[in-house]
Amino acid sequence: MKLKFKKFIELFWWLFLFASVNVTILSLFVILYFIIKNGINKISFEFLFSAPKKGMLEGGIFPQLFGTFLVTLISGLVSVPLGIGCAIYLNEYSKENILTRIIRIAIRNLSGVPSIVFGLFGFLLFVQIFNFGMSLISAGLTLGIMTLPIIISVSEEALKGVPIYYREIAYSFGATKWQAIKTAVLPYALPGILTGIIIGLSRAAGETAPILFTGVAFYLPYLPKSIFSQFMALPYHLYIMSTQHHSLSKARPVAYGTALVLIILVLMLNLYAIILRYKKRKIKLE
Amino acid sequence: MKKINFNKIEDKILEFLFFLSGFFVILALSGIFLLVLKTALQALKNIPISEFLFKFYWNPTSYTKPTYGMLSMIMGTFIITFFALLFAIPIGIASAIFISEIASHKFKEFIKPIIELLAAIPSVVLGFFGIVVLGPYLAKIFNLNTGLNALNGSILVSIIALPTIISISEDALNRVPKSYEEASYALGATKFQTLLKIKIPSAMSGIISGCLLGMGRIIGETMTVLMAAGCAASIPKSIFDPVRPMTATIAIELGEVAFNTDHYYALFVVGLVLFIITFIINLIADMILYKYQHSRR
Repeated sequence: MKLKFKKFIELFWWLFLFASVNVTILSLFVILYFIIKNGINKISFEFLFSAPKKGMLEGGIFPQLFGTFLVTLISGLVSVPLGIGCAIYLNEYSKENILTRIIRIAIRNLSGVPSIVFGLFGFLLFVQIFNFGMSLISAGLTLGIMTLPIIISVSEEALKGVPIYYREIAYSFGATKWQAIKTAVLPYALPGILTGIIIGLSRAAGETAPILFTGVAFYLPYLPKSIFSQFMALPYHLYIMSTQHHSLSKARPVAYGTALVLIILVLMLNLYAIILRYKKRKIKLE
Repeated sequence: MKKINFNKIEDKILEFLFFLSGFFVILALSGIFLLVLKTALQALKNIPISEFLFKFYWNPTSYTKPTYGMLSMIMGTFIITFFALLFAIPIGIASAIFISEIASHKFKEFIKPIIELLAAIPSVVLGFFGIVVLGPYLAKIFNLNTGLNALNGSILVSIIALPTIISISEDALNRVPKSYEEASYALGATKFQTLLKIKIPSAMSGIISGCLLGMGRIIGETMTVLMAAGCAASIPKSIFDPVRPMTATIAIELGEVAFNTDHYYALFVVGLVLFIITFIINLIADMILYKYQHSRR
């Protein structure tokens, strides 16, 4: 009798585990389902490649796409070299000392800083102190610093995966440390590093809070002229079309369309990163 | 004649550059803290810190007497965090256990990308989902005027915390040495007993830090709660009330406030409090993980 009860409890636990995994999987597909279902009708050539018209209720989202592209590009100019540099330092040069430990703590904590606090920081430093104003460059730099930890941790993981003997062979030919890294380590780690870059950039493309006070605009009748211009961006456009617009019900189709474009953009980038890593692992196994 | 070794010089310069980019991370983090602190201190010149920390009402735009009590929004953050963790911790840990202990290799190949994609969904899309799908649905089943409330926000931010909790807990479970498990089986324990009495306790510190990191993400989440949690700056009485957490307050008000006023500086006090809370949580999580990963080597 007692044994049976125990078996029942056990069964209940296994079911709970199974149900939880399903909830995790379903939450992704439910979100995707509703956004695809309601947004797909809005997607057209005109929607993607023309400017918004009539209080942004008609026309397209080209300026928003373009703004998101530019600001993501600028963020990458900051985060990619610094991120890879930091990963190389940590994996190839650093010794186990207190400074290295502090750098690692700083990386962990930087990735945990709330996105809105990045917004405050970017506003104080780039908009005010550096006097860049509300601009592409202020927003891009803010996003660049925000996505730095992701690029560092994925790149370091990739560098860690390079076998020690790759370096040793390079040294045996008389290579200096940098030559060994350049010729033996980096080419091998490149797909992994690329994965990190893509994930970092996709994160920058989807963020709203850090660009709120650093450069994004509600509506602009023209495309940004220089890196010191304000810009429109996809995530912010989705935010205003779903909460701030004067006639929310009319704005809903545009909001769905924007949400769909944004989510497809971000998920495609991530899917590409996943495939890249999967392929690399397969090569290694063979 | 001594030949200058260019390769050696190049090597030293590059080592220094790599070191600088490592050092930049420390610089960035301390820069964020110091700048926000410096601006927040301007507010504390005119408003006592006790008003921020011990008063309830946040009403900086009042004509008669502006008040800067943060307790109502701290409670907003607390309610969202509490309920989000109530969903995310059991589901997250259970998913991690399933993936690491039960799932076949094929299923792992399927679910890991899904978790990564879940982590990649922009928070503004989740907020939008809260407005157009989850909100109306909650309003219908609980018979409410509006579904934009603390419950809606909590459910959505728990989705944001899930990938963090799952991946770190799963990693912790995978790090438990095989010998522990085998010893348990040798004593005649079932798979279930081994899991409950051996594997989960050994992985506990990793699981806890995963939950802490998830908690940090929930507290710092801005767009989702701003859009889905209703944004009423009053003291929430139940989970069906709209709430406005700290992050949302900054996002709404900084865009409208006149620069260099008390109200403007006060928003940086909110930012500072947010920074300090998440910093402490992440620091504890990092310490636990570090200790744990290094004791196992």
